[in-house]
Amino acid sequence: MDLQSFFNMGGYAEFVWSAYGLTAVVLVANWVAARRREAEELASARRRTQQLKESRT
Amino acid sequence: MWTWLHKFASPPHAYRLLGRLAPWFGWPALALILLATWWGLVRAPADYQQGDAFRILYVHAPSAWMSMFIYVVMAVAAGIGLIWRIKLAHAAAAASAAVGASFTFLALATGSIWGKPMWGTWWVWDARLTSELILLFLYFGYMALRASFDDPQRADRASAVLAIVGVINVPIIHYSVEWWTTLHQPASVTKLDKPSIAIEMLYPLFIMIVGFQLYYGWLLCRRLRAEILRRERNATWLKEGL
Repeated sequence: MDLQSFFNMGGYAEFVWSAYGLTAVVLVANWVAARRREAEELASARRRTQQLKESRT
Repeated sequence: MWTWLHKFASPPHAYRLLGRLAPWFGWPALALILLATWWGLVRAPADYQQGDAFRILYVHAPSAWMSMFIYVVMAVAAGIGLIWRIKLAHAAAAASAAVGASFTFLALATGSIWGKPMWGTWWVWDARLTSELILLFLYFGYMALRASFDDPQRADRASAVLAIVGVINVPIIHYSVEWWTTLHQPASVTKLDKPSIAIEMLYPLFIMIVGFQLYYGWLLCRRLRAEILRRERNATWLKEGL
């Protein structure tokens, strides 16, 4: 199979590629969102711990 | 059994366990999704009726499956949280909502992209599409309801009731094509639902479903950890452990 016909998808290129592209976007966005959320919560938990330590001293 | 369960459900233990579990979901998920994508786009032969457009099936059907699966997980977790008052179960339900909503959106969007060349329209108000859209609104409603409470415990209880009531929509989505086939469901889709599809065309579909399932597992690990951190902000284990 040559590359040209692969990208052409039998004339359905815009539909097939937009569906797969959208899927990729949603999957990656989920990854970024989950990672970011965890990092933010961890940072804010660390901040609180730091504040508590400082208020004790 | 109960002591084991309590130990498992205790926030510090769960937090550490989820961190260790995550890569066991993440890497296989990535491998399987890539394999299924290659198989679905390159190796699988074009459909004799739909040509290459049928390849959308490999992202559409797993998304639709996940949209329902995650909702059931969310409702069951919410139910466990309500009955046995396990906070971790509520946290798991809360951590699932956004992921479930994103898969529901994906199912609707890829279905629409598939519908355009096959049915000639982006959208019809048939039973399957409408009930899937209602599922998306259930996820949004669940998230909005949670966000409307400052107190996490009240948010847990109220949103759990919504999640459990809304689960009635899942069998409606599933059976909608059988109950209302005569109305709108075009033949091209019912044909794919029947076993008239060749078995080798199903392999990438199953691989993608397992891949999505594992990916949800990874996302749940990460989001549940974030959820635990937020809920346990005043706990001593957290202050000492960081």
